[in-house]
Amino acid sequence: MSIAAVVAYTIALALIPQFAGNYETRIAISVAMFSALALSWNFIGGFTGYPSFSTAAFFGLGCYIGALSQRAGLPAEAAWMIATVGVAAFAAALGAIILRLKGHYFAIGSIAIVEVTRLIISSWGSVTGGGDGLNVPLMTGTPDVVAARILYIMLAVMGGAFVATVIVDRSRLGFGLRCIHQNEDAADMVGVDTTRFKIAAFVLSALFCGLVGAVYASWVGYIDPTDSFSILLTVKVPVMALLGGAGTLAGPIVGAGVFVLLEEFFWANFLQWNRAILGIIIVFLIFFLPGGLLKIRYKNLLKKLSANRSADRSNTVSEGEAKG
Amino acid sequence: MDVFQILLNGIVLGALYACIAIGFSLVWGVLNVINMLHGSFIILGGYLTYFAWHYTGIYPIILLPFVALALFALGYVLQHLFINKVVTAPVLTTLTLTFGLDMILYNLMTVFFTATPRRVTLDLGTLSFGDVYLPIDRLLGMALALVLTALLYLVMRGSRIGRAIVAVRMDRQAAALMGIRVNQVYSITFGIGALMAGAAGAIFAMVFPVTTNLTGVFLGKAFVVCVIGGLGSVPGALVGGLALGLIESVAGYTIGPQNAITVGFLLMLFLLVVRPTGLIGVKGYE
Repeated sequence: MSIAAVVAYTIALALIPQFAGNYETRIAISVAMFSALALSWNFIGGFTGYPSFSTAAFFGLGCYIGALSQRAGLPAEAAWMIATVGVAAFAAALGAIILRLKGHYFAIGSIAIVEVTRLIISSWGSVTGGGDGLNVPLMTGTPDVVAARILYIMLAVMGGAFVATVIVDRSRLGFGLRCIHQNEDAADMVGVDTTRFKIAAFVLSALFCGLVGAVYASWVGYIDPTDSFSILLTVKVPVMALLGGAGTLAGPIVGAGVFVLLEEFFWANFLQWNRAILGIIIVFLIFFLPGGLLKIRYKNLLKKLSANRSADRSNTVSEGEAKG
Repeated sequence: MDVFQILLNGIVLGALYACIAIGFSLVWGVLNVINMLHGSFIILGGYLTYFAWHYTGIYPIILLPFVALALFALGYVLQHLFINKVVTAPVLTTLTLTFGLDMILYNLMTVFFTATPRRVTLDLGTLSFGDVYLPIDRLLGMALALVLTALLYLVMRGSRIGRAIVAVRMDRQAAALMGIRVNQVYSITFGIGALMAGAAGAIFAMVFPVTTNLTGVFLGKAFVVCVIGGLGSVPGALVGGLALGLIESVAGYTIGPQNAITVGFLLMLFLLVVRPTGLIGVKGYE
């Protein structure tokens, strides 16, 4: 059911360049990109229940590995692959260290990873250009053609992340991760290899971020440390997954789509207040949508609404009668 | 540069770091909440001090208690209205909530105060001993930071509310059974955390320029100090703050100021893995 919906949604997004302009295509790229990031986060944050805030570190490293490989003369596709593999290896090594932490300590550690990678990239000026950033070779073609190509690639990444989610969900790995989420000690006791499972989830959560980062770098043509390793990004992505429903299959896609559209709307209309409005959305989400959009029982909600409406109607009718 | 100068700079910086981190450590240790608002509280304290000083000319040390009380009220209200509702939820929820609140506060500050760096200029001159120099405003800042830290220590050790906070930190359920109103204690604790942040901000505004762009930097310092020193105790934050100040000062001189911050974070990651309770932390508050 949700698989069919995601396929239809992907096709609809892919058709946007045929029917709409460059602006809409750009938004579609953002939607696909953040969907892929939120799906990645879902492996470690949703299935496993580890509060990871390392997304921006993986994304930023992907940007830089991709950009540096392209500047070294490699074709874009090869650079993207190198970034994916590089970030996955980084996550595997890192995971072996920081996945020993739990709860608050893990959260703080994963945020610190973003800061450390950003600081190293920005002070290693001879290679990374430091605070000046890096120019990335532009893709050839008219803006329309390039945007459409980037959109298809981002959608392919999103599709890949979704397929990986479905496979993990139906495999031993997904089952083990859910066990870890519920009770790690008990999972360990009944024979789940918790360390390996957690590292697998962490690597899965990094891999697509690295790829997305490298494609993003090719798309925008210029990257710098503050933009690539932003704390805002690292919190925004989990918020998207939570908005849709963490641990569900399609939740991150729904959340990313809704969030990007809301953000676009607020950027366009309330430029000065957009940060506060996003903050209000987060607060609202925590209090009123703790399970995400997909976990609302829409049938019950509709029943409640219609019950209210008929109650209102009977009220107004009786008022009208009283007046008459 | 002289060794004494480097050490002195480190200690002055370290006292300020301790003051920054102490409220954060208290909130984390007692409420089990990572307070992403902490950096903004500090900057808000700094801005309130600057503007009050700028428009009334009142000496900032006299303003400090009022700024701190205003921040206490803000912290109390935020905890009472919002964070108490989800205080037992997993860290993902509470961290995200405080981040959302931080975005709102940050936005309000940039709109009403703008991001221009502001600094209270006291022009107190500089002390010199041989070739070691110490600006008097920094000395004053350090003294204030240490006095505030000592005051908080006394409150936690000696007062009724301090004992209640420690009791809740040790065992929430048992404290509730002993007749302590846990949610009330949470609100007061969060208020005290904000108060210390506001006071630290007021001190900072006298020593360095403050701007909203620094909220993340201060928050990062609070993370590092808490992990180095250990959670939930005043001496822990003091030790962590002084350690970070000295490390940054020495590293800044030997390998450059930009890398000094990286060294602090790397040390923190190392300690997280090998000794998550910190140098003098208490076990069991994960």
